[in-house]
Amino acid sequence: MDIKSVPQDNSPVFEGGKKAIYATDEDGKVKVVGSSGWEAEETVTKQALQDLEDNAKEAYCAVKKGEKSPLYYYMFALRMDLQLLAESTGFFKWTIKKDFNPKTFSNIKDKRLEVYAEALGKTKEELKVLEELDYECE
Amino acid sequence: MSANNFEHTHSAHCESGVMSSMLRHYGINLSEAMVFGLSGALTFAYLPFVKIGGMPLVAYRSLPKSIIKKIQKNLGVKMKLETFSSKEKGQDRLDELLKEGKVVGAQTSVFWLPYFPEDMRFHFNAHNLVIYSKEGDNYNISDPVFETTQVCDKASLTKARFTKGLMAPKGLLYYPIEMPKELDLKPVLKKNIKKTAKAMLKTPVPISGLKGIKSLAKSILKLKAKDKRYAKLYLGHIVRMQEEIGTGGAGFRYLYASFLQEASEVLDGNDVLKEASKLMLEVGDKWREFALMIAKSIKSKKEIDYKAISDKLLEIADDEAIVYKKMLELK
Repeated sequence: MDIKSVPQDNSPVFEGGKKAIYATDEDGKVKVVGSSGWEAEETVTKQALQDLEDNAKEAYCAVKKGEKSPLYYYMFALRMDLQLLAESTGFFKWTIKKDFNPKTFSNIKDKRLEVYAEALGKTKEELKVLEELDYECE
Repeated sequence: MSANNFEHTHSAHCESGVMSSMLRHYGINLSEAMVFGLSGALTFAYLPFVKIGGMPLVAYRSLPKSIIKKIQKNLGVKMKLETFSSKEKGQDRLDELLKEGKVVGAQTSVFWLPYFPEDMRFHFNAHNLVIYSKEGDNYNISDPVFETTQVCDKASLTKARFTKGLMAPKGLLYYPIEMPKELDLKPVLKKNIKKTAKAMLKTPVPISGLKGIKSLAKSILKLKAKDKRYAKLYLGHIVRMQEEIGTGGAGFRYLYASFLQEASEVLDGNDVLKEASKLMLEVGDKWREFALMIAKSIKSKKEIDYKAISDKLLEIADDEAIVYKKMLELK
C-alpha cells in the first residue's frame, strides 16, 4: 500500500488517536505511517461492540423482569460471556449458571461474591443491585 | 525522552514494538519489523475447535510471548521473566526495578487499561507495554500501539497485570539481563526467512499455514446454511483479527514486507528478498481488499456472496505461496 492510500477516516473508535500502518513511500521504502482509522475496520469493530451491547441490554431486561440475577447483566455489561467469566473466576460454568438465578444469587456466600466482584471490577454491593439504565424494555 | 532516556516509538504490534524499543534502550538497534521477522512471528492459524467469544481462533501471527522467547534464542539476548504469586509482590517488584533505573516490559489485559479508548477495550490478556518510570502513584507507560506515551494509575495497572483467565499475565515483567557481545544478523536472517517460508508452505495439518487459509475459506462457504447474524459476526471476526488488533495492516503482511526489505539491505541488496518484499506488499493489498469485501457485505442488506469472499481467500493463499517460494530461493 502506498503511503497516500493509507486510510485516514477519522474513526471515532480511536478517539483522535492514530494506529501504525506499514506502507511504501515515494522511494519504495516501507515504513510506519499513522492512520486515523479505516472505515472497513470501524465497521467490524462497531459490529462487535453492537453485539456486546445487545447482549447487555437483553440481559438488563431479563434482570428487570426478575428472570435473572444482576450478575447476569454485569457479566455482559463488562463485555464478558459465560466462558470468560468462568475463566476469570475459576468457577465451573454450571455453578455460575446457578448464580444467574435471582433466588440463588440473593443467598450467595460472601466469599464467592468477592470473586465475582474482583473479576468484574465492581464492589460486592454494586453487584447485588441492577444499575439504572436509560433504556426501555419491551 | 524520559529521565532514564527511554525513547517511545509508535509500532504496529504490541509485542514486537515492546521488544524493539526495549532492545534499543539496552543497546541493540533493531526495528519492529526486524524483531518481528527475526522471531519468525509471521504465520496463519485457523483453529475451529478453539472458541473465543463463540468464534474460532484465527491468528495471523505466532502465539503470544513467542517473540520474546525467539528473540532470546535467535539473537542470544538473555531476558529475565518474572511472574508473581500475589499482587503485592508484583507491585513491589515493579517499583524496585524502576528504582534501579530499569525499563521493563509487562504483560497486561487490554480491558482494564484506562487510557485505551472505550471502544477498543476488549478482554484480551496478552497485551504488552513498557513501563519506564514512576511519578507518585502513577506509572509512565510506553504502549507501542499508541502514538505517544501514556500515564496509568497504580490500581488500574495492577488490575490489568493480574487479570485472570485465558493467557493470564500473572503480573509478568520482563527485561534483558545480558546482551550479545557480537551480533551477526546475516545467518540468523537467512535461517528464519527460510523457516517461515517452509512453515507456511509445508505444514501438513489443515489448521495452519496456507492450508489453514484454505480451511478458513472452506468454512466461509458453510456460513450460507447458518443464521445470518452469526455469519456476519463470523466474517467480522476474521477482519478484526486481521486489522483491529494492531497488525500494521493486512494481518502483519505489510510489516513482514518491511522486514524482507530491511533484510535485503542487510544482505547487501539481495534481489531475491527485494522481490519477495514487493510480492508480499501485493499480497497485503489483497488481504485489505478481502477485508473491504467483508465490511461491505456486513453493511449491505443484500444476500452475502460467500463464494466470492471464499474465492478471494483462496486467491490470497495462492499468491502467498508464490512469496514463500521466492523466499526459499534465498542462498
